[in-house]
Amino acid sequence: MAGEDELKLLGTWASPWASRVKIALHLKGLSYEYVEQDLDNKSELLLSSNPVHKKVPVLIHNGKAICESLVILEYIDEAFGAIGPSFLPADPYERTIARFWAAYIDNKLAIPWAQAFKANTEEEKAEGLKQTLAAAEMLEGVLKECSKGKLFFGGDNVGYMDIALGGLITWLQETEELCGAKFFDTAKTPLLFEWMERFSGLDAAKVSLQDGGRLVEFAKGGGLR
Amino acid sequence: MDHGGEYAPDEKVELLGTWSSPYVFKVIWALTMKGVEYEYVEEDLRNKSGALLSLNPLHKKVPVLVYRGKPVAESDVIVEFIDEAWKDRGGGGRILPEDPYERAMARSWVIFARDVLSPPIWKWFTAPGEEEQEGAREAAVAQLLVLEEELGRKEFFAGDCVGLVDLSLGALAYVIPIYEEITGTRIVTEERLPCLSAWMGRFLSSPPAKDHLPPLEKLKLSFLGERTL
Repeated sequence: MAGEDELKLLGTWASPWASRVKIALHLKGLSYEYVEQDLDNKSELLLSSNPVHKKVPVLIHNGKAICESLVILEYIDEAFGAIGPSFLPADPYERTIARFWAAYIDNKLAIPWAQAFKANTEEEKAEGLKQTLAAAEMLEGVLKECSKGKLFFGGDNVGYMDIALGGLITWLQETEELCGAKFFDTAKTPLLFEWMERFSGLDAAKVSLQDGGRLVEFAKGGGLR
Repeated sequence: MDHGGEYAPDEKVELLGTWSSPYVFKVIWALTMKGVEYEYVEEDLRNKSGALLSLNPLHKKVPVLVYRGKPVAESDVIVEFIDEAWKDRGGGGRILPEDPYERAMARSWVIFARDVLSPPIWKWFTAPGEEEQEGAREAAVAQLLVLEEELGRKEFFAGDCVGLVDLSLGALAYVIPIYEEITGTRIVTEERLPCLSAWMGRFLSSPPAKDHLPPLEKLKLSFLGERTL
């Protein structure tokens, strides 16, 4: 893209969805201004950038706002296609696999996990956990398939699916106590566990994932409800 | 997996679907826009075929597109695949715009249609009492007004031609009138939603939907059945 690119990310420090975007921007080597939002007292900027949902993350590129973390990931991949690595593969069929599993991560993993730690009843919690742990097993199989023995879901390099799941790592780990179960379990899902350690060691992850200690305290205090 | 090059036009494409599913129609419209020949296989969801269960073992749902023996599931994923696999095919043009920002906007509207608009519409249709129905109706109208503003004076949400957002909202063009008939209440009136009202008629009478609609009387009967449950 010609000229100066102004990138601003509206997020909250606790949000794993915002972490996804930070990871993507870091992988592309893009500099941006991060603006912490107070969701109990929404800023003018947030309300005007995301009038429909009023949620974070929002990426503002040269004044244009993009919402929804997965939409933002594809946007970054497309708008900055000539810079840094590509997140989605070039082949249309392989792209469907990445998109299908990213949607799965949102619907069958993140939503039930949130249900488990926000649950008001033991039943709700158990149901959420059951679904999430089934998802972990599923992803173990997918990782084996997709990576073909390589390091990431995307192969040799971090891809769209890696970022979609990677952004959630700290959130999944620091809410384990609340849920009463481990998501990343080296005994049950060894490949996924290795992947998690590898991903967490990346520079992009280190600067983008939340402070674990702060998150666990926040979660215990009901901050994630 | 073959890499590079355009997918050959004579490669066999199969679509597993059910006659009443709006998600299946979204895929049919996308295939039609691209002029892709396909074989349609009607599934009985109460008695799923071995083919469906092996092609979509995870969700066991329709639509499933099968290309060169490989399945693609989830209608939004399928539509993007069709647009990319047959990039320059079809007089119907691109389903998603070229510009990354416009693409992001289109994808956001698809999420809006699914997560923000559809729930109150469903609630309005299935509401057990008048009060709940009225509350849900107003909630749905509030979101329809957002769409009205987005559409404005354009022919279609994508501009002069049908695009991704039109395909995603398209089923509402035939579902809403049926719901209105069954509930005896209106949700899209020319007075309150003139642009959307006109778009509905235009969508149904233009390609690709024009020659690819479910049997509406049969659909109405099946909805009646759903409502009394």
